[in-house]
Amino acid sequence: MSSEISASSRPAQVVFYNDPKFRSIAYQLILCAVVAFLVYGAARNAIDNLARAHIASGFGFWNDTAGFDISQTLIEYTARGSTYGRAFWVGLLNTLLVAGLGIIFATILGFVIGISRLSSNWLLAKVAGGYVETIRNLPLLLQLLFWYNAVLKALPDMRASIGIGGAFLNNRGLYLPEPIFKDGFGAVEIALLVGIVGAVAFYIWARKRQERTGQQAPVFWVAFALVIGLPLVSFVLAGFPLGFDFPKTGRFNITGGVEILPEFAALLFGLSIYTAAFIAEVVRAGILAVSRGQSEAAYSLGLRPGPTLRLIVFPQAMRVIIPPLTSQYLNLTKNSSLAVAIGYPDLVQVFTGTVLNQTGQAVEVVAITMLVYLAISLTTSLLMNIYNRRTALAER
Amino acid sequence: MTMAEADLAVTELAFVRRTNIAPRPAPAAMTGTFGWLRANLLSTPFNIVLTILIGLLLAWAIPELVNFLLIDAVWTGADRNACLEYEQHRVIGACWPFVWERLPYFIYGSYPLAERWRVDIFFAMLAIGVIWLLWLNAPRRDLAAVYFFAILPVSSFILLSGWSWIGLRPVDTVLWGGVLVTIVVASVGIVVSLPLGILLALGRRSHMPAVRSLSVIFIEFVRGVPLITVLFMAGVMLPLFVPEQLSPDKLVRALVGIAIFASAYMAEVVRAGLQAIPKGQYEGAMAVGLRYWQMMRLIILPQALKVTIPNIVNTYIGLFKDTTLVFIVGIFDLLRTIEVARIDPKWATPVTSTTGYAVAAIFYLVFCYGMSRYARAMESRLAKTDRR
Repeated sequence: MSSEISASSRPAQVVFYNDPKFRSIAYQLILCAVVAFLVYGAARNAIDNLARAHIASGFGFWNDTAGFDISQTLIEYTARGSTYGRAFWVGLLNTLLVAGLGIIFATILGFVIGISRLSSNWLLAKVAGGYVETIRNLPLLLQLLFWYNAVLKALPDMRASIGIGGAFLNNRGLYLPEPIFKDGFGAVEIALLVGIVGAVAFYIWARKRQERTGQQAPVFWVAFALVIGLPLVSFVLAGFPLGFDFPKTGRFNITGGVEILPEFAALLFGLSIYTAAFIAEVVRAGILAVSRGQSEAAYSLGLRPGPTLRLIVFPQAMRVIIPPLTSQYLNLTKNSSLAVAIGYPDLVQVFTGTVLNQTGQAVEVVAITMLVYLAISLTTSLLMNIYNRRTALAER
Repeated sequence: MTMAEADLAVTELAFVRRTNIAPRPAPAAMTGTFGWLRANLLSTPFNIVLTILIGLLLAWAIPELVNFLLIDAVWTGADRNACLEYEQHRVIGACWPFVWERLPYFIYGSYPLAERWRVDIFFAMLAIGVIWLLWLNAPRRDLAAVYFFAILPVSSFILLSGWSWIGLRPVDTVLWGGVLVTIVVASVGIVVSLPLGILLALGRRSHMPAVRSLSVIFIEFVRGVPLITVLFMAGVMLPLFVPEQLSPDKLVRALVGIAIFASAYMAEVVRAGLQAIPKGQYEGAMAVGLRYWQMMRLIILPQALKVTIPNIVNTYIGLFKDTTLVFIVGIFDLLRTIEVARIDPKWATPVTSTTGYAVAAIFYLVFCYGMSRYARAMESRLAKTDRR
């Protein structure tokens, strides 16, 4: 080829508005201008509207006295003496409590059902499948209302409480005996701590020995003896240092004991059962993602179904399961905000409900609530990404 | 040597079998119903125990359910007395007369009686649109999209809210309720979220930093907070952000909230589809000189959306269930009308709540299960075309 063609290598003549670089900058400027204009307009309108309605702005309300009661408080809170800020923390802790317990129950139930769906037992697989299909296709709100209004509120009233071994169940909640720790219970706690540390140490030792010599140790039974047996023995030796404060039925009320609100129970039930159906699907997909050859190879090595699932299939499936599992945990946490429909005092009910109604400071209150959920979501995704990077298969 | 002699010679040497013996049938215990039972229900002691336990559970739950819904149910009656155990002296299941009486309320809410034909026409128009879109062999499916995403929203809006110019009496949205509102909220979410979601997904994959970061912020923000707070934001903050005289009514605010929320989720679904398209498709489109929007419209989106259809439908199922949350911001959707009806003193009995919830459950189950079946059918269809 001749070199005449490359000789005239001047940049091509393009009209400036057809230049991609110019265009991209122009588009972005226009977009930013539009967004800025909208934000500015919204802010101006908000200021006007707030001034007209005589609503204060700013976060001054945070330290004002709240003046309303909350039915479940994990930290000290009184209507007269506590501030809106305190109410916020009460609501947040209630949200975290129900979300934390919900995650534990939903995980257990979800794994059991997910594995059941793949069971060789036809009946079990079908029942698990029916559970997943039904629960996933019903709105969570409907399920919560059902548990609360049709099940828990339909229980007998205070007079006709159902008594089960010192506990009482009625439509105002479940009253359990409250444990009272007497002197000497510290010994049991220390024994439990020693047991856990010992079990972990034994596990590590047994594992190292198996890697070295191939001999297996009865890890489960030793751990069981250390974690359950040791505290039990020390409990007996210390002379049963535990008493119970039993709830007593009065004429109008039940006094003493621990009360579990029906709102809390309904929310926990509903969230766990609903999320478990989604976790079951995640688990099933994860197990199916492990190729059949893996479990066949394990069987041909002589492993039984239990150890095969535990040692071969699960470690590989977890890599697929964990990311969607985390997003289910986040969904559960976000869904706990449906508490407002049945009156459980979570963050949304306390803060976006009562505090918003009392102060009228919609912008601040809604913004704080959103930021809390956003912080939870973003922290979790951040941790998730780190975990993912660590466990992802190193590909060539 | 003749043939007969040769045969004879062979037979003399040894016995050689020329035909196969028919295989013996498998042992009776391994085939048929019995074999199936053995393999699927009774293979190990553990499985036997499981089968018995589940059998017991089903033997308790299924009759209980059937008894409640059908056998012990009350079918006729004028008020709560028909459904009270101490009035009827028998076990009472579901209270169906309550549902019969309240059915118009569950479907139309408080929509004026004389105008309910408009709602019926809306349902019919929507049904036509849905069938046209979902039925893959329907004629002129390109027109279906125009009908569903442009004509239907405008005409339904005029039809439902009224326009005195053409003789339709205006009906305030406060009067709307029941299935009507549930369907309206879901349809608005469905119709708005797809185009907005596509735009956001394209924005998130754009090379322009401002466009990309705005899209990411919007998507991650909305996905990071619960729908309720988005609805609260739309409910209490939207009126603050617009001039007082433009303040939108309650239903519109809820619709804005739902649309924002659904768009963010849809954007992530579409983005996954875009990522599944090989780079060569983009490069090929650019090499033949297509502009950005031509490339997207003609090459990328048709492929990306096709593989995403199952996920889009799954998002729609979630959206359909999530519409119940408008209940909390005071909109009379189906669930809210049931909540209102079930505490009406005229029908207050111990079984009224459960009956009402059963109606809602059947409604949502039918719709969501139908959609998930469709998604699964599309999935296997796509898998089949891929295998070619």
